[in-house]
Amino acid sequence: MQDAPTHSAELLEGAKHRHLVTYPHFLWRLFVLATEGGVAYYVWMVVLTAVALVGANAWANQAADGMIVTGMTDHVSWGLYIANFTFIVGLAAGGVMMVIPAYLYHQRKMHDVVIVGELLAIAAIVMCLLFVTVDLGRPERFWHMMPGLGRFNWPISMLTWDVIVLNGYLLINLHICGYLLYTRFQGRTPNPRFYLPIVFLSVFWAISIHTVTAFLYSGLGGRPFWNSALLAPRFLASAFVAGPAFIIVTMYLLRRLTDLPISTQAIKTLVQVVRVTILINLLMVVSELFTEFYTGGSHIASARYLFFGLHGKSGLVPWIWTAIALNVVAAVMFLHPRVMDHSHLIKLACLFAFVGVWIEKGMGLIVPGFIPSTLHEIVEYAPTLVEWKITAGIWAFGILIFTAMLKAAIPILKGRVAEVHLPITTMNPPTDSAEVTAEPNG
Amino acid sequence: MSDTQTKSVSLPVLGQVTRRTAMKGLGATLGLGAFAAAISPLARKAKDISAEELLQKHYKDLDGDARAKVIARLEQDAKDQYGKNVTIHDPLPIPGTKFGYAINLSVCNGNGKCVEACHEENNHDRGSNQSYIRVLEMERGSMDMEKGNTTYTHAVPAEDKFYLPVQCQQCDEPPCVDVCPVEATWKESDGIVVVDYNWCIGCRYCEAACPYHARRFNWKAPNVPAEDINPEQGYLSNRVRPQGVMEKCHFCLHRTREGRMPACLEACPTGARIFGNLLDPDSEIRWVLKNKNVFVLKEELGTVPSFFYFFD
Repeated sequence: MQDAPTHSAELLEGAKHRHLVTYPHFLWRLFVLATEGGVAYYVWMVVLTAVALVGANAWANQAADGMIVTGMTDHVSWGLYIANFTFIVGLAAGGVMMVIPAYLYHQRKMHDVVIVGELLAIAAIVMCLLFVTVDLGRPERFWHMMPGLGRFNWPISMLTWDVIVLNGYLLINLHICGYLLYTRFQGRTPNPRFYLPIVFLSVFWAISIHTVTAFLYSGLGGRPFWNSALLAPRFLASAFVAGPAFIIVTMYLLRRLTDLPISTQAIKTLVQVVRVTILINLLMVVSELFTEFYTGGSHIASARYLFFGLHGKSGLVPWIWTAIALNVVAAVMFLHPRVMDHSHLIKLACLFAFVGVWIEKGMGLIVPGFIPSTLHEIVEYAPTLVEWKITAGIWAFGILIFTAMLKAAIPILKGRVAEVHLPITTMNPPTDSAEVTAEPNG
Repeated sequence: MSDTQTKSVSLPVLGQVTRRTAMKGLGATLGLGAFAAAISPLARKAKDISAEELLQKHYKDLDGDARAKVIARLEQDAKDQYGKNVTIHDPLPIPGTKFGYAINLSVCNGNGKCVEACHEENNHDRGSNQSYIRVLEMERGSMDMEKGNTTYTHAVPAEDKFYLPVQCQQCDEPPCVDVCPVEATWKESDGIVVVDYNWCIGCRYCEAACPYHARRFNWKAPNVPAEDINPEQGYLSNRVRPQGVMEKCHFCLHRTREGRMPACLEACPTGARIFGNLLDPDSEIRWVLKNKNVFVLKEELGTVPSFFYFFD
């Protein structure tokens, strides 16, 4: 888009004074774009809304009647909510696997789609915050955790670190996406100074959200199953499987449903990422199991319960073997030398890897940490219908906002929707997305 | 700015804007209505929570007057909710006191009287038979808890078994206190780890962190018939807990800070339990520490318990 700089120069002076008008207008356009669509779009959104409302209702009942309506007990005091929370932190962190090739390795083709990863991060963090909220026994006291208002136990409690890194990551991604879309909306070239440092920050920050979340568990000396130095790296490895797997499928969907230019190269890059991370993840699982089972002792009770059952109790055994099978099969599929020629193979492998990691991080990691309990009692856990409803509701809400954000972002990225002052009809439709113009000599 | 130009750019079918907008308005109204209906059960809970309760400060931030007001309110709540007149005291730690507990495992025979006494003293939920104490029946010759059992129902003591009562170890390095994100639990100067039931947000991180299974969560509001309620209560100890908060053994601080013994000790028929001031060289507990081979549970975790065990 050769004439873009001209537009920028002309508009720059005026733009400075117009933000008060333009920005609300921009937000309004986002809202309109997100609520505009064909029949299929409306059906999709209505279904997601309905599921989200079922979840909201289940949560309201849980808040009124108490956490007794869940399957959790004093023995297994965290369950499906925290399991999903842990997994979705990884999903948010995994989104960064698009940023690294795009900005650190200057892969142009990734610039077209890097926004997909950033929007996913936003939706995922919102889901994380919801999962933590529904796990609170007294949600109305959440303000006790607000610095200044309540008593924020920082830096001692890892949970306060998690509050900081999660909210920070949300703000970082909101800023990057918001800035890029807003400048695009104005027809301006984004100033790298205002977002590139933040992009690099987001790479480190993505690592921090999952590291801190792993430290939540690995810092507990009384829970030998979690008390492993490998936990944080393992979390990251599995995050970099699940995140890219989700984005690959999303990109195939976007390619079919929208005109966002999604290059095969971009998909290939992510497939290559998963090829490596899925093996690293499996290697780490094997390493931990070796230490557990070869060393023996009472420390292996949780692992033995998880994989083989203990004292006749075997509630998690089917879960973990399903996860292992899904991960191994997915790894083999990704390693297929000509995997890029078979998009269905890729999609299926992504689905397997995604579900495999979801189980491994949830029923395979959080729950066995509590079984046997610290006094070595075996009390099993199974989520109740209320927990499944709330979980489905939060997933639906997360997918809903992810869809809505993509719906609003793509037309703006494509330059089809912009501020009224621009002579839009005469402007050349950009051959590349907005971010490319930020590159020197772009 | 010309709005029509915007629309002509982004909305291909200008003529349908009105109808679409109307449909959207209808959809939004329906959606909001459905949302309001979905979360309406919250109203059931909201009527039980007053503004004063919602905005109440942390225990440590309440000055004398404010604390008295809170206590008066809690006494009134107990009357309204349970139909019982209760008195809530707030005994403070006695300077120069650090409480310690010791159990003679050669004497303990697993009769469970301590468990029952704790249940009654501390106004635990009657339905779940809750208690701060768990007694493990252990195999002789092993300290491996994995070989223990808490759910025995046969006559005690059983052949070749010994009994290990476990409750809060009142650690000097309590992992539960470290992890609390809102400082709702802390260690008092007399060594007792307490919980402000009106500040806890119910995240249960402390329960996950405790290596001794010493914490209990109120999965629902405790159910105690009025005639069973122990009316002699402490703010940081045995007052009836609200739903959705954590609680734990507090060495019966409403008794021990006034010179009495914990309920579990008074109930023990075998005399296995010894309680006292670790800072008093003439106390019985100091005699035990000096003359018996004492040990603590899970010493390797570095929690430094003030709870000791010994065999004669």
